Formats: sequence, structure tokens, C-alpha cells
Amino acid sequence: MTGSFDTGKAVSQEDALRPPLVTVEIAGKSFRVPAGITLMKALWYTGHEVTRGAGCLGGFCGACATYYRTKDDPKVKTCLACSHAVEDGMSFSFAPVFPARKATYDLNQLENPKQDLFKLYPETPLCRNCNACTEACPQQIDVREGVWKAVFGDFKAVSETFMDCVMCGLCVPVCIADIAPNLVGVYASRAYGVREMEKPPGLFDRIEAIAEGQYKDDWDRILKMTDEELQQASATIKS
Amino acid sequence: MDVQALHDVVHNSRDVRRQQTLPKLSQAERDTLIKKFHPDHREAAYRPVAFGPNEGDLTVRELASVLEGDSVVSEDLPLTPDHEVDVLVVGGGGAGCAAALHAHGQGAKVLLATKLRLADSNSVMAQGGMQIAVAPDDSPVQHFLDTLKGGHMKNDHLLLKTMVEEGPSIAKWLLELGVLFDRDPDGNLHVKKGGGSTRARLLTCSDYTGLEIMRVLKDEVLNQKIQLLEFVAAVELVSDEQGACTGAVLQDLDNKRFLVVAAKTVILATGGIGRLHIQGFPTSNHYGATGDGLALAYRIGAPLVQIDTFQYHPSGGVYPEQLVGQLVTEGIRSEGGHLVNAKGERFVNELDTRDVVSASIIRECEEGRGVRMPTGRVGVWLDTPLLEVEHGEGTLDKHFPAMVRQYARYGVDIRKDPVLIYPTLHYQNGGVKIDVNGETSVKNLFVAGETSGGLHGRNRLMGNSLLDLMVFGKRSGLTVAARAQTIPQGRLTLNHLQRFRAEAKKHRVTNQVTSPVVLPAYTEQP
Repeated sequence: MTGSFDTGKAVSQEDALRPPLVTVEIAGKSFRVPAGITLMKALWYTGHEVTRGAGCLGGFCGACATYYRTKDDPKVKTCLACSHAVEDGMSFSFAPVFPARKATYDLNQLENPKQDLFKLYPETPLCRNCNACTEACPQQIDVREGVWKAVFGDFKAVSETFMDCVMCGLCVPVCIADIAPNLVGVYASRAYGVREMEKPPGLFDRIEAIAEGQYKDDWDRILKMTDEELQQASATIKS
Repeated sequence: MDVQALHDVVHNSRDVRRQQTLPKLSQAERDTLIKKFHPDHREAAYRPVAFGPNEGDLTVRELASVLEGDSVVSEDLPLTPDHEVDVLVVGGGGAGCAAALHAHGQGAKVLLATKLRLADSNSVMAQGGMQIAVAPDDSPVQHFLDTLKGGHMKNDHLLLKTMVEEGPSIAKWLLELGVLFDRDPDGNLHVKKGGGSTRARLLTCSDYTGLEIMRVLKDEVLNQKIQLLEFVAAVELVSDEQGACTGAVLQDLDNKRFLVVAAKTVILATGGIGRLHIQGFPTSNHYGATGDGLALAYRIGAPLVQIDTFQYHPSGGVYPEQLVGQLVTEGIRSEGGHLVNAKGERFVNELDTRDVVSASIIRECEEGRGVRMPTGRVGVWLDTPLLEVEHGEGTLDKHFPAMVRQYARYGVDIRKDPVLIYPTLHYQNGGVKIDVNGETSVKNLFVAGETSGGLHGRNRLMGNSLLDLMVFGKRSGLTVAARAQTIPQGRLTLNHLQRFRAEAKKHRVTNQVTSPVVLPAYTEQP
């Protein structure tokens, strides 16, 4: 927009198209930045070096978890800095890395994944229904509901609830029971995949067919072809 | 400017467009279109590399500078190891995790270093899916031929055969780790059709395929307690007297200290190059996609292949401004979404290969049929509401929750209005030349994933990258684990760096940039 961060070069923009500047507070300090840029771009625009707190820049990795507050609103909200636009009077800070405890496990060795949840993450059933995790989620996941589904052993529902989870961890520091809901979500979701999902028969048939050399003749034929013949062969496959 | 009036062109032309079928272009028509409009064919953007293994080869200016760049490491750096391992994996995306898990699984001592956090990568953003020939009407051979056609017949046959044949076993591995691929009612893996493919072959986890895979792989790397260094970048490789790779010099980004790793083998899985903004294009890539592995491998003497070809994904965001360059999933076109110009017309078969679709979008815009937004940027429409019309209300929410959310954040409802797109720099088609086990021409130096080259030819097919990462991550991981049992740790020297610097001097290359770039220089300087 006005910086080098979209194309690697400064974009020269006609004055008429140049957005107005707005005032934002970054970690307690006031800056003027172009209206509408993302919080991440506001950091670069204002001269901040960013080594931590930036990842995919596309809203998927959760590296840029951020707390923000809009003008005159007492409510502190959360967002991903790469995917949220500045507005005038906004105040924001990166969320610090929170020292959550991840349990380690071998999903194939667990006796009963639904019961083992209470050994691996014993704090999970202590949820007091405060709903702070759900409110903290920048992905609008019903985190509290997901935690309870894990407690009740409905791991399929947990996997569906947490499919949008980018593991930003913003649900963790707000939990008064010290639950790390995102980690519980990964555990339950993986346990569902490993222990409850049926094996897809077609896949195993295909693996066997390959191992038995079912495609050997095709390969022999194809790998001997000239480029022209290959071009012909690939052009004539029917969709 | 009235954005709604621009939208109306799309809404008003929808019924007419729904009756149309657009023919696929003939091979000759495709070639002509690409030569005229694809960025790979802009001669002014290219120059020969001045020296090194690819001396004289044409590549984009941005990459040439990085390959000829100088190291931050001085030749007299004491090479006393801070870590001694069997395998150093550089990069924490899909290829790095797959390599580390497989090497560790075979008992190798693995160190994984990444300059961001584990799993912060392009892999995590992959929405479209992963091509694996599992459907009854499909086969690895079909997959091979489709990919070859997409790559303009320039793919390395052996690498490609290896990838398509190992695809099904990769699906099995991921299922065993708990990855939840979409299923059909009969329990089989659900497959979707991707651009340039003759069969439905994309395995998906709604439009979070990469995220789901990376959540699982990251969790497993942590479960396995694989030694991990985050916010630590590889800045130089080290070699023995014979020129084989014997480790690397890393730099901690927090305190700038160098860390020397003695490693019997090194796997570079550093991903792509989008953040070099080739030809000034915006990019869909992650923050660290600065081509580090290419620079490192080149300096130690590994030749690269097909470094003159890049993939510009047809659908990068144009409007709103916050989404410039960000990827809009190809899945929309897979499910029948139209591309529409300013006149309300379709102009390409939306399921053609990425290079053809991108070139046709650039053509529309350069010939005055693009849509200009109030921000000054130009693009064409992707008719997202069409999916609600064709497949019923709620389709977008159900199949594309990530994209609905991506736009809703900025007040755009893709269920009601189309989105504006333009090609974005997405993928490096070429890279370091490897064999079927991922080994480069430099002994004990391996490369996996986007950093490698040859497999995809001159254009990668949708869904083939996730598979590439897993197959060659796995193969390199297994190979280095076996290798580590048979070789001693080699001596650590920077002889290759001396040679490289002498070459630069001989070719009078001055004003070298520092490479690897590590992170893009976005911070505005006072």
C-alpha cells in the first residue's frame, strides 16, 4: 500500500488513492499509520523489526496472536495481526509466548484414549464454564463446547469443533482452570483419527496393487516413450 | 467508485454464463498464450548467473543476486561444534517435519532448526488438497501423465514416478498419525478434482488440508521429543576436504550468536522464494520464504535446475487491500466458480492449469478488460456466489469455511458477492537438483520440498506440493538415517566458502547482497 511489504518495492500511488493516516497505539506507544493496513503491516510501517510473531502471514499458523482494543471500548479482543485491519484509536500488543504444558503420548499405545485424556491433561474436567476461551478465540471456535465434548468423550465432535484451530494459543492464558484447550483439541482429534476412524478400503487396495506390480506394464510402456509420444498419451486421457 | 455496481456486472451475467461451457485450449493456443502473457517469458526480468554451478543460466534478477550473494560467516569462524548429530534438518514446514520424523523413527539423532516456529510455513496454508491416486478410476500412471502435461513435459520422470507411486503409502502414514481427510459415506477417502487433472484426486480436510496435516506433524515432532531450535536460521553450510557436506552454521535470531552443528548429513527443507517478490509480484508465501536453501546449496556447489520458472497462482487477493497477494483457494474453481472480466464474460476454462489461467487473467487486465478498484489495483472476478446457486445455500460455509472467514474479517461476504483476484507469486517450480532420495550433487547434502527442483517441470499441478513434501521428506529422512550408520562425522571446514569468494572475485562480482536473506526487509527505515 505505502510500504514495500506487498511487492518488495515501494508502490508509488497517486495522492488521490493514498489512504488517510490514522492513530494507533502499539504496545503503549502512539503512531500514525495508513488506514486499513493490517496490524502486521503497521508494525513494519512504524519501524518495528519483526522476528517473532510473524509466520504464514495468511491467517493459518497462529504466530501473530494479538490483543487489541478499539477506541473508547473497554473490551480487549483478540485477532491475528496478519489478518486484521487497523482503525483509528485502536490499541494493540502482540500476545506473549505462553508457557503452556503439552503432554506427550503415543496414540497407538494408549489403553483408552477417552480415559487417558484425564491422565495426560488432568485439568480438562475442571472447566468452570466461564467461556473466556470461546471469547478469546480469533477463529470464533466454540472452544468451551469443544473442551466439554472432549471431557464427555465425543472426540469426533471435538475434531469438527477444532478443525478451524490455528493453534494461536489465545485460549490458554485466559483459562482459570489452566486448561490448554487447543492442545486438548489436537489430542482428541488425533485420537479420533487414529483409534476410531475406519480404514478406507480403496486406499489399501491401491497400495496392494502398486506393491503387486499391477502398473508395471503401464510403466514399462510409458517410460520408454519419447517426449512426443508422452505428449500424445497425456493429451488423450479422457476426463 | 461504486463497488456494488462492479459486482452487479457479475450478478447480472451469471445466468448466461451458467449455460456456457468453455472449451479447453489446444496445446498450440496454450503455448502462445503463455509466451505472450506469462511472467516467465518477460525477458527484461531475467539475467544470467555470473558464476558458480549454474554460471550462464538465466534466472530472475532477484534470485541471481541471492545466488551470487555473500555469507555473513567469516572464514576464520571457529568451527567448534555446539551440536553433534546424525541429521540436521533445516526448516519446520511439511518437508522438514516429514524428514525429521522418518529419520528419528529409524533411530537417527536429529536436530531440527527453523528460523520461525515449528510448522510456520507455506505447508500450513495449503487449502486445495493433496493429490494422491486412490480413486477406482484413477492410477499412479494417470497421475504421472497429468502432472507431466501440467509441467509442459519437462518433469524429471524418475522423481515424478517415485512421487506418484508412493502417494498412497503417504496417505496411509498420515491417517495413522490421525490426519482427518474428508471421507465418502462408504468410508473411502473423498477425492476432489483439481485444475489440470483428468481424475478427481485431491484428498482434503475441508479447506484446511495443510493446517490439519501440520497440526498433526507438529504435535508428533513434539511427542517424539525431537531436538528443536526455533528462531534459528541456517546461514552457511560446512564441508570436509572432499567437498561433502558435514554440517552447518546457524544463527540465533534473538541474540545473533552463531551455532555450529556437526552433522553427518544435512536436509535443507527451507521452502520457497515468494518473499523475494520476483518481478514486483505480491506473494501468497509465508514470512520466511526467501530462498535460503537455494543460496546455501549453491554456495557449497550444488547445481540448481529450472530456476527460470515460477508459479504465479491465478487467484491472489486484490481487494480489499489487506488481502493483496494472499491466496484465494483454487477449490472455488474446482467446484465450478467462474472467472469473469469487467464485461461480465468468462475468458478461460477455469480448470485449466495454473500457468494458463494466470496468463489469461494477465491478458484480460493488460488488454483493458480487467476490473479497476478504488485502490488502483486491477483484477478479474471470481464468482463465489455461483457456488451457492449451483450447489445450494450453505455450500461455501460447508466447503470453504476458511475463505468465508478470510473475507468476512474485512466485511466482504463471499456468499453474496464475488471477489477480485490477480495472479500472485506462489511457488518456485525449479530448485536444487536431487536424486530420488533427495540427495544433491554434494555428498550428504539433501533437499526436500519446494527447495528442490525437477519434479514439477515448468508448472506444478495443484495438490502436488503437499505430496512432494511428504514423499521426499520421507525418502530423504530414511536415507540419511541409514547413511548415518555407515559414515563417520566428517571434518568441519569452510573451504567451499573460500572457493566461492575467490570465484566471485575472479568474476568481478561486487556489491553482493548478503544471503541467505532469512527475513524480508519490510521494516521501514528512518
